[in-house]
Amino acid sequence: MTTTTTDRKRSTSPIISAGDVTFGYSDVSVLESVSVDVEPGAFLGLVGPNGSGKSTLLELMLGLRRLDDGTVSLFGQPAHEFDDGERIGYVAQDVTKAARDMPVTVREVVEMGRYPRRLFGRFSTEDRRAVSEAMERVGITDLASRRVGRLSGGQRQRVFVARALASEADLLALDEPTVSVDAESREEFYGLLHDLNATGLTVVLVEHDIGVVTTYATEVACLNRQLYFHGNPEEFVETDALARAYGTDQHVLHHDH
Amino acid sequence: MFVLHSRKIRALLDEAIAPLLLTVDVFAPVEWFLDHVFGAGMDVLAELLDTPMLGYPYMQRAYLAAFCIAVIGPLVGTFLVHRELSMIGDTLAHTAFAGVAVGLFLNSVLSLTLSPLLTAFVVAIGTALLVELLVEHADAYSDTSLAIVLTGGFAVGSILITATDGGIAVGIDAYLFGSLATVSTEDVGILVLMSLLVGSLVTVAYRPLLYVTFDATAARVARLNARLYKRLMVVLTALVVVSAMQIMGVILVAAMLVVPVAAAAQVAHSFKQSIFLAILAAEFAAITGVTLSYVYGIAAGGSIVVSAIGVYTVAVGFDKQTHWLPSVRRRNRRRPEHSPEELGANGGERE
Repeated sequence: MTTTTTDRKRSTSPIISAGDVTFGYSDVSVLESVSVDVEPGAFLGLVGPNGSGKSTLLELMLGLRRLDDGTVSLFGQPAHEFDDGERIGYVAQDVTKAARDMPVTVREVVEMGRYPRRLFGRFSTEDRRAVSEAMERVGITDLASRRVGRLSGGQRQRVFVARALASEADLLALDEPTVSVDAESREEFYGLLHDLNATGLTVVLVEHDIGVVTTYATEVACLNRQLYFHGNPEEFVETDALARAYGTDQHVLHHDH
Repeated sequence: MFVLHSRKIRALLDEAIAPLLLTVDVFAPVEWFLDHVFGAGMDVLAELLDTPMLGYPYMQRAYLAAFCIAVIGPLVGTFLVHRELSMIGDTLAHTAFAGVAVGLFLNSVLSLTLSPLLTAFVVAIGTALLVELLVEHADAYSDTSLAIVLTGGFAVGSILITATDGGIAVGIDAYLFGSLATVSTEDVGILVLMSLLVGSLVTVAYRPLLYVTFDATAARVARLNARLYKRLMVVLTALVVVSAMQIMGVILVAAMLVVPVAAAAQVAHSFKQSIFLAILAAEFAAITGVTLSYVYGIAAGGSIVVSAIGVYTVAVGFDKQTHWLPSVRRRNRRRPEHSPEELGANGGERE
């Protein structure tokens, strides 16, 4: 992306490079020969119908699963061997019920972002500064001592974004992050992602709401077991990739800013 | 022929176990502590409060043991409960009973002098790792598999006990229901050492344990060795359960890992605070329970657990009282913002 204004490490090689990724659960094929590169500074929206393998592709990209065939590299290394945990932030659909019941404060969760850098031993002033700045950035400073489980869905997802910012990640991966977020906060949440992306953070977003992706992402990848489209959102809206991937006519919601 | 064979095995085993028996020397400081520091202090307390009970050495041992259990139980239990693994403590306790039976059986058949506690540790740690390995392959804890391991362990234990000469006579009741009177200085020594070991391991590995408990997937993305810390968690559980088994009893020991934690989770704000409050609740229950047990001549394990459940009930009541009003207010405030009419009016579209 040419519009990035950033002090982050700039390199021309892709942050994620997936080549001919093939994966299946026992004898059910989930992904067939999917190739997607994520360049530094991109905001990639991964869309597709339920069961299309988009979440699985994200997990493969992050090295959480092993491929059946093909290659995935993360920051230039094979994804499963990649070891700099602090460079990736991860936001899931929602925390489990057990985690919601857990007495843990917003600050404690954001501090987890520093764990890959400091798993043992005392936090330095630098660690504490990163944590407060991250909370400040997403606007949750006044929630710092609240229990995460007692926040609204939208506030909670901001906490997880702050955790990624505290670790000074280069890549933020989100798996349908607004499933349990109300419509109004959803808008704000994606606005936040858009702003963070504009400062150079690379974002990969798995999303079922196509309107969100065409509005906020700079790139769209549409898949259903195979890759149907990868390019910019404007072109995506004009092609029939969506209809082909979903197997039916699908009305595309386009959000105006 | 058989005698010769079993002698050979015995010699081999004795050789293998010799280094373990050396650890008995480690108990010397504990004995010294019991006699000169803790015991002396309790003696003074007994005189001051005019309660001779506190002066009896076996009660002093019981109080020290209960104190230790109330520290390490909730310390490890806090991670287990919030990983929805409350059942694993119970499962490991029941297999630890099989471990005790294995020890008694080996002693009787091979004329060894193994401590049943040692075999209980080995069997419980082995089962803990086995259960964790099964989970790593099945991706989720299943109540069914835990129930099979739990009952299976207990079944093997009961078979071995009855197959052991004079097995019933060894006071299995003490293991099943716990006992204050049979707690030796050595038992308290093991508990003190285990408390130091478990306490320092949790302190060192606090951050990865917390991350894995709260959000295992994000912990893996952050490249923490989630498997290692999950395994550490179950091994720590095995250590706690076996050390506490003699006071609490196999059947009730798991309560110390669960009930005080559940009480603390009602009122705590942060995770650190919840560990601290859980230990406080457990200390209160343990000391109350041991005292009641002496005064009324009732089972210690049972009275500790009932006291802990009492604390839990109070905590639930406290939580209801403090959260009921604000939560109603919050709901009322939010309702107009998200009325179904409004959502329908703009057709779910965003501007």
